[in-house]
Amino acid sequence: MTALASRSGRSTPGDTRRRLVVIGNGMAGARAVEEILARGGAVQHRITMFGDEPYGNYNRIMLSHVLSGEEDAGGIFLNSLDWYRENDITLHAGVRVDKIDRFAKLVFSDDGRATPYDVLIIATGSRSFMPPVEGLYTPGGRLLPGVFAFRTIDDTRGMVSYAQQDHRRRAVVIGGGLLGLEAARGLQSHGVDVDVVHSGRHLMNAQMGPDGGAVLRRSVEALGIRVHTSSRTTAILGGDRVRGVQLRDAPDIECDMVVVAAGIRPNVEVAVTSGLPVERAILVDDHMRVPDEDEIYAVGECVQHRGEVYGLVAPLWEQAAVLADHVTGANPKATYLGSRTATKLKVAGVDVASMGLQAPERDTDEHVVFSEPSRGVFKSIVIRDSKIVGATLLGDSRKVAYLTQAFDRGLPLPEERVSLLFDLGGPDEEAGVAELDGDAQVCNCNGVSKQAIADTVRGGCTTLSGVMDATRAGKGCGSCKLLVRQVVEWAADGAVEEDPAAAYYVPGVPLDKAALMAAIREQGLRSVSAVFAALAPGGAEDSKSKMGLASLLKMMWAGEYIDERDARFVNDRVHANIQRDGTFSVVPQMKGGVTSPEQLRRIADVADKYNIPMVKLTGGQRIDLLGVPKEDLPKVWADLDMPSGYAYGKSFRTVKTCVGQEFCRFGTGDSTKLGIEIESRFQGIESPAKLKLAVSGCPRNCAESLVKDVGVVAVDGGRWEIYVGGAAGAHIRKGDLLATVDDPETVKLLAGRFMQYYRERANWLERTYSFVPRVGIEHLRAVIVDDAEGLGAQLDAAMQESVDAYVDPWAERNDPFTPGQFRTSLPLEVLPQVPVR
Amino acid sequence: MSAELFNDRQAGGLHILGPVDQIPVGEGRAYGVAGEQVAVFRLRDGSLRAVSAVCPHKGGPIADGTIDRTVVMCPLHQHAFELETGCSTTGAGPLRSYPVFADESQNIIVRLP
Repeated sequence: MTALASRSGRSTPGDTRRRLVVIGNGMAGARAVEEILARGGAVQHRITMFGDEPYGNYNRIMLSHVLSGEEDAGGIFLNSLDWYRENDITLHAGVRVDKIDRFAKLVFSDDGRATPYDVLIIATGSRSFMPPVEGLYTPGGRLLPGVFAFRTIDDTRGMVSYAQQDHRRRAVVIGGGLLGLEAARGLQSHGVDVDVVHSGRHLMNAQMGPDGGAVLRRSVEALGIRVHTSSRTTAILGGDRVRGVQLRDAPDIECDMVVVAAGIRPNVEVAVTSGLPVERAILVDDHMRVPDEDEIYAVGECVQHRGEVYGLVAPLWEQAAVLADHVTGANPKATYLGSRTATKLKVAGVDVASMGLQAPERDTDEHVVFSEPSRGVFKSIVIRDSKIVGATLLGDSRKVAYLTQAFDRGLPLPEERVSLLFDLGGPDEEAGVAELDGDAQVCNCNGVSKQAIADTVRGGCTTLSGVMDATRAGKGCGSCKLLVRQVVEWAADGAVEEDPAAAYYVPGVPLDKAALMAAIREQGLRSVSAVFAALAPGGAEDSKSKMGLASLLKMMWAGEYIDERDARFVNDRVHANIQRDGTFSVVPQMKGGVTSPEQLRRIADVADKYNIPMVKLTGGQRIDLLGVPKEDLPKVWADLDMPSGYAYGKSFRTVKTCVGQEFCRFGTGDSTKLGIEIESRFQGIESPAKLKLAVSGCPRNCAESLVKDVGVVAVDGGRWEIYVGGAAGAHIRKGDLLATVDDPETVKLLAGRFMQYYRERANWLERTYSFVPRVGIEHLRAVIVDDAEGLGAQLDAAMQESVDAYVDPWAERNDPFTPGQFRTSLPLEVLPQVPVR
Repeated sequence: MSAELFNDRQAGGLHILGPVDQIPVGEGRAYGVAGEQVAVFRLRDGSLRAVSAVCPHKGGPIADGTIDRTVVMCPLHQHAFELETGCSTTGAGPLRSYPVFADESQNIIVRLP
């Protein structure tokens, strides 16, 4: 045969290397070979691989992404054909091995070839289990047209092309485990209506208990997938092609296709035929050797080790490493003692992690459970003798890295068990990364440890994409990418070079903020177009950079800034907040949240006159008029005759207050007065992101000052505490205490100095809740309170300049800045879509 | 392109939208043209571009978008579209693009198919 001839042609006559034959070119077979090559095995071995499928080897885990169309089939190959060539591996793709002659040391394949071996690795994997269902096969013994297994690239391609035919409207997936749910979700993306028929009492019963299964079912049903549990398929209806399925104890379901995802069975035929020991799968010892066979190894889903058969990818990596240690002699003491399996994946868009026991087994087992079905969140941890012996996480897997490690290693657990489920002011995720052990697995798909990533980074590879390429971490299901990034950042000690553009202040100008500001000042660039012309590559404008540059220039030049309206976001062009239907919301200023009957009357009249669809109180104690068409804005402002309340731009917005000592029995300071003064002083000041402030009259904090960008609290003895970096939005953070001062004037001074420092140093769109922890509260105290760097006067002066340059933008109502400034951009749109209540 | 457009005038596909000055440099304005909503942009080099005015993603007002020499970004969800072709660079559906230019008297002329 040609391949034999070519191989003997390639081998030099004096080639004394051992002949290593691998049956199976899937994830296990290829991984075993990679591990062998990594141990210098190519010097000792001439490698030949047989693969049943006519391809190089690919990542089977990614097939669900191919099905859903997120990934191209070409994108999931792990090793290209070049890899086989470069490593001098003879690949027989599309060739099946039928029999092994253990005595003659030959493998026989279905192309009539007899291939001699010195060392043999069996990595035949598994195949889809086809349950005994009537009508599954045609009389000729093939699957009925419209029935698919979900195991190979060809299965997946077949499903996609079948599902994409217009008249295929409905599919039934048999099996509500991992694979079945992935198949269901994938089919939906082709516009197919899907039912899942599951014989278990709840979904994913191999990985979780009934309560978790119920929450998962709710999430899956919310996606529009119908779920039938405790339900067995008894027949496929149709005859010539699929027309429906028959269920036991339930009405038939009409459908055009059926996907069978009812589990897998190890491929053991070749081993059985060849007389190797097989129970549920091929038996192997702790060296991955088949018992009584010195030179035959087996690895992956086709093996049974100490009674266990694994259907997950992580054990396979561990097995392949031990096998390679023995085949190459790199470590004759290496042993495989079985895997504690933890799965962490996204199933049909839902984060799922599960490890060990699903539920308590002994009376003394502790069970910590949190369930929030409406959000699709379920967390359950089983604890025995203060060690985690099982956990299930659904919908929120942020704690999974720690839990997996605690489960793997039996770490001591915190007294307060609830902190196993949630971050309760404990170390943040980055600290969590620092605490992980070196051999903790970061990427469960590709079995990459924290140590492996750290070593790669320390070896000089300091970009995230470089580390991912080098270690393959994050290249499986991708759910660990965030963790991989955190480990890279930790290992690089902040020197991650991921993407040079990540350090740029705006994407279109290749300079960080400090360098950009220096260049702007040096060259006297006072407009956004001048910055592009002078500093952008090729002088090219960049729409994504305009708003950030406009904000920066206004901060730097105050009254000397040359305002180009096209550099502004539409909100800043028309001084109102664009809404989802293209209308705007108008929020008049109410300093410190204080209003008057006269103002209220005027607002009510305006709302009537312009048919304002919704009048709403904002979180910042203002009144929001929603659904105002753009062309009405000047008239609305004129009739309100109040200044802008700044509910739109990246700028200082509001100061929320309580009534403080004026009325409140507990008030210790005049919070309302101070709030109004602060708001008057800093109104409209541009900043890298919005700034929300509050002043509370006593430590009861009715104005929520502790979770504001700048929050002020009156404390007993006439003193004031200033907090910075708080947040209660997408992110929740209690502000850090900047200073406690004796009088309101000092509050205003330090708040202004902090804001100016933030304006000058923060990245574009970086809120104070990121900025403050980044630069550190001690540093801020030193610069702002103690003036340790002598910047105080300069910061105060720069802020004063911006304060002096303030003009109420709503004054433009009578004198539009540009032609058609308030002209509608949706000329034919009639009704606002903002709901009217 | 302009000569070809003028030859086409008899076909009735040309529409005069009024003076170029209505559009500030670097911005866009929307026009109702023969039942279509068209966003016309005046680039900083003085040239004009015209695309459909409604974002195919969630109906955002394209004329309110931020532009540079090549793309317009919808103000609602920052989907970007090439001003020449209407093709999205961020995975949204395309906008239609229309031939547009200024005539000798600095009027905006747009051609609808």
